[in-house]
Amino acid sequence: MPEDSLKKVGIEGDPSKRSASFMMVDNKPIVSFAKNVEVMSTKQALERYEWLKDYSWKLIEEEEGDFDGYFIRVPKGVKVDFPVEACLYLKRVKSQRVHNIVIAEEDSELNLITGCASERISGLHLGISEFYVKKNAKVTFTMIHNWKKKNEVLPKTAIKVEENGTFISNYVLLSPVKYLKSYPTAYLDRNARAVFSSIVVGFEDSEIDLGSRVYLNGEGSSAEIISRSISRGGKIVARGHIIGNAEGAKGHLECKGMILGSGVIHAIPELEARHPNVDLSHEAAIGKIAEDEIFYLMTRGLSRDEAISLIIRGFMDIDIKGLPEVLKREIDKAIELVEKALI
Amino acid sequence: MDRGILRVVNLGVEVDGRKILQNVNLYIQKGQTYALFGPNGSGKSTLLMAIAGNPKYKIYDGRIIFKGRDITNLQANERVKMGLGISYQNPPKISGVKLRDLIRHCAKLGGTEDKVEEYVKMLKMENLLDRDLNVGFSGGEVKRSELLQLLLMNPEFVMLDEPDSGVDLENIAVIGEAINKLLERDKPEEERTKSGIIITHTGHILKYVDADYGVIMYRGRIACVGDPYDILKTVENYGYEECVRRCLRTL
Repeated sequence: MPEDSLKKVGIEGDPSKRSASFMMVDNKPIVSFAKNVEVMSTKQALERYEWLKDYSWKLIEEEEGDFDGYFIRVPKGVKVDFPVEACLYLKRVKSQRVHNIVIAEEDSELNLITGCASERISGLHLGISEFYVKKNAKVTFTMIHNWKKKNEVLPKTAIKVEENGTFISNYVLLSPVKYLKSYPTAYLDRNARAVFSSIVVGFEDSEIDLGSRVYLNGEGSSAEIISRSISRGGKIVARGHIIGNAEGAKGHLECKGMILGSGVIHAIPELEARHPNVDLSHEAAIGKIAEDEIFYLMTRGLSRDEAISLIIRGFMDIDIKGLPEVLKREIDKAIELVEKALI
Repeated sequence: MDRGILRVVNLGVEVDGRKILQNVNLYIQKGQTYALFGPNGSGKSTLLMAIAGNPKYKIYDGRIIFKGRDITNLQANERVKMGLGISYQNPPKISGVKLRDLIRHCAKLGGTEDKVEEYVKMLKMENLLDRDLNVGFSGGEVKRSELLQLLLMNPEFVMLDEPDSGVDLENIAVIGEAINKLLERDKPEEERTKSGIIITHTGHILKYVDADYGVIMYRGRIACVGDPYDILKTVENYGYEECVRRCLRTL
């Protein structure tokens, strides 16, 4: 497997940098190593743990077919220091059916990096992920995707966050893809918090329909959805939907788009208040790079290309609070790799 | 020996097809500081933008000569590398780009990496370095940030667009100190090599920085050149129109 295409999506395979490493090539799962955290294939886990049936296909409606994927469980009170990595790789088969289950038990902490990539130019990736973030637990889920021009990607993700729990999702898509549709949905209990950040670059002939939805079901729960879309062509639909169902629920949506040359960006922010005492807001803006910003930086000695590159990088720099430094570096690396292709 | 650093010859500038400047001539020598006065919309900022090389400001006539070289068609960053520096009245806000990153570029360009700490302290910018460029900056903070960038770029020719507007009394002395350093007004006259143009609407800054000459820009032309303090006084007492009329009469 080409190592650099794995590095591009944050997969290191290095026990000194990761707590665990899981890889699924086509439909074959392999666990290389795992410490302080339980990692196995979903099929294996379902055989081993009778209780897992109460989690499997409970947040997402069951689909037909033969699914396998990763099962990750962080025991109660355990804070996994290094990130756990999981890679889904499309090599020979035409389609991949993935079912992942992640459980962070009470008071635990998990950083999960998943990278998806494809060697095949065409292919279909169906990924189901169910996340259970228990009381006071915290899960940071960073996904860096590197698809090929003719890949079709249809992941479905649902997250249940219990009292005082935190779920942070970072999604980065910087390579061409034929079709990607994803609308992860989080259900929040009392005082739970969810943050979804995404950075997406659309290329010619790509169709990307991406959003996040959060149900603020518990008192005092809060959500933030931040998206940055850059279009070099093709079409990007940037969605966001926050539903305020409980006393003191708070939600903010921020959708920003930048058009470089051509393409379509369609931002659809939705706010839905179903309780009188909720606080929901959104801001959305789409435009091209302002010439006066480019000129300003040029009067500080930067060339036109350097100025554009600095502005794009600034646009993609979303200050994600609580994001571990190591994950920030992964995202920065991915952005660096795509930067040149954008100018 | 020719001590001329900037020569603007018969300059005509248009913006969006509208002629803003006509037949502007200016000759500035090494070590000289000019104060540029004029009513709103007279073309002061347009002149600085054209000299800096903003492509939005089209030169339809004339030439700009800097250090003996015709820079009329040179890119802005190339002009900056030759030693031109400009500070903005209202610089754009750029999200995600930190002031710290930009001043690193400026210090590299000016070879002033060892001065960063000193200038940051002098301009009281410590708390702004990790902020997004000009986002949420107060009027005074914007001006101090502009001057910090210029000090680090260490240009030979300095253009300042209203460095004193929107600055409170407490900060104006700091800004005056920075400009004096930029233009070497703190050195004896014969040792000065830096020159520049300061646009000032109110003239406040001239209480802190002494300019050698004053120029009035009026309806897109240079209407008057003289002692900056005389000009300022006349404008304060009689207004621009009368000042220009008197000036023409004495020519």
